[in-house]
Amino acid sequence: MSDQHNKEIDQITGVETTGHEWDGLKELNNPAPRWWVWVWVATVVWSVGYWVVYPAWPTAWPFFGSGSMEQTGSVTRTTTGATKGTFGWTQYEELEASQAEITARQAQYLDKFQATTSYDQISKDPELYAFAQAGGKALFKNNCAVCHGSGAEGSKGFPNLNDDDWLWGGTLADIEQTLRYGVRSGHDEARQSVMPSFGKDELLEKEEIEQVVDYVLALSSDTGADSNLPGAEIFANNCASCHGENGAGGRDFGAPNLTDAIWLYGGERADISNTVYFAHAGVMPFWEGKLDEDSIRQLTLYVHSLGGGEGEGAAVPEKVSMEVPAEVPAQAEEEPVVTDEEPVAEESSSEVSSEAATELDVDVPAEPSVEEGSNPEAVSDESADK
Amino acid sequence: MLHHHAKLERKSVIMLLFIIVTVLIGGIVEIIPLFRMETVIEPVKGVRPYTPLELAGYNIYIREGCYNCHSQQIRPLRDEVARYGHYSLAAESMYDHPFQWGSKRTGPELARVGGRYSDDWHVAHLKDPRAVVPESIMPTYAFLLNNQAELNDIGEHMKVLRTVGVPYTDDQIANAYQDGMAQAHTEDLDENVAGLLERHGDKINARVFDGNPEMVTEMDALIAYLQVLGTMVEFPAAEPVTPDTAPVDQE
Repeated sequence: MSDQHNKEIDQITGVETTGHEWDGLKELNNPAPRWWVWVWVATVVWSVGYWVVYPAWPTAWPFFGSGSMEQTGSVTRTTTGATKGTFGWTQYEELEASQAEITARQAQYLDKFQATTSYDQISKDPELYAFAQAGGKALFKNNCAVCHGSGAEGSKGFPNLNDDDWLWGGTLADIEQTLRYGVRSGHDEARQSVMPSFGKDELLEKEEIEQVVDYVLALSSDTGADSNLPGAEIFANNCASCHGENGAGGRDFGAPNLTDAIWLYGGERADISNTVYFAHAGVMPFWEGKLDEDSIRQLTLYVHSLGGGEGEGAAVPEKVSMEVPAEVPAQAEEEPVVTDEEPVAEESSSEVSSEAATELDVDVPAEPSVEEGSNPEAVSDESADK
Repeated sequence: MLHHHAKLERKSVIMLLFIIVTVLIGGIVEIIPLFRMETVIEPVKGVRPYTPLELAGYNIYIREGCYNCHSQQIRPLRDEVARYGHYSLAAESMYDHPFQWGSKRTGPELARVGGRYSDDWHVAHLKDPRAVVPESIMPTYAFLLNNQAELNDIGEHMKVLRTVGVPYTDDQIANAYQDGMAQAHTEDLDENVAGLLERHGDKINARVFDGNPEMVTEMDALIAYLQVLGTMVEFPAAEPVTPDTAPVDQE
């Protein structure tokens, strides 16, 4: 670069050059556009106004005393780290306001939902039931789908919630208790049970384990178990106290039904052998304290409606099932579950559920809700709720 | 005015002075607030420094670059609060050096992931994310099951953290290795678990996290860390989320 000061005017534009030249190209000495300069000045002026009305500058006084409780609008803050601004704006109040808006919009249903303590009554009120379902569906996707699958179809180690196979019971009260306190969750009220590790703790010989596995496999086979099998006695002595004499399970202990060919940890010989050898103790987290009361109750109703719900409230009011058909897809196929270890026969779930519906003392078929629950695509179409 | 910049640009000493002044202003604005950090962290009950095992997990979290896809800061916005829970408080990450707030969410926000899923789920998910979340694009971290957690030098990590203000006691540092082993090894080392709880508080998750009681693995450490995230402060869930619902420590 040259540093000469003699002015040189560019012939074509008539603008002075800076005298800098690169490979024959000369730099014109154009000033910054005037509009640009004024915008820049305006932003500086704007920032001064911003400092005045919004929280901006660190303040000195916390250095000379501990932070004290400060009232800013309706919000009490404990710190005094910065100027408050004349608007008194805080992010927290903005959040409060936007939450209040939603609460107000929900109030027409929410107040009634909170006041209606009986699930049975909610089930009989189509509007209220639809409200609970919509909330439960969103809550399920956010909190439960991670383990139980987006269509509640479960996966290895995580129960399918669409079928009639319940470890701890499928009535509304059972579901609520499981949701609230969890299973082996560390909560004081959690459902507890431990299956012994028959192999690892050397409670049974290897050979005995193989025999009892044979027996368990036979239990769920078409022919049923033969009591002459060598595993029968081992089963009676070691397993029947929780799983029942006929292997039908025991809900007091969360002991699975072994006769229904629905396997939480796999139904192959190796899987069952592994289960008997090491045992499993799945954990369902507790949600009390993580979700509020309304959410837990909405989820209870939703999970109950997925297909396996037992007892009162198992029926969906006819009016509601007519209102949701937009989301009820034609086929009730489950999402293809990734693992090939997934042995839970999908046909068994829908088959059993519809069976159950006919057994129940209701005049409305529960099919629509079954399909809705078991199809993951149904949950993606939320627009119908809103 | 616009034509006089040449005067500034062609006199190097004046130019230098102006550069110094400009950089100083920038420096003051960025650095001074850091000296006053304690005035903007609201004191809340329950926040404690990580246990040695959790700290080892935190180190793995950073080593594996989890922060590249996961954030740990729930913003005070309605949809975030509805999805993830109470917005994050400054105090909840005051012992993280460096903090893991992040702004990139390829995966979900993790600030309150603690206690939401079972240990089994975390193991299954870290081993093969697609096994439990078919649409996941997260890499697999199955190797964590085979690696021993690095607890030998965890006391040194704690010492370093103490120099930047994390209140670890001498006792905690001296027993760092034992406490780290005890937290994931409960069956054989009951006495040490008592020591762990005594030194670090009784609200500690002490159990076999990865299903393998034989070895304290990196999986144990990472899950111990994940299971404590966002659980130290107890928020009353029954009340609507407002700034006032945070339990304030007014000492």
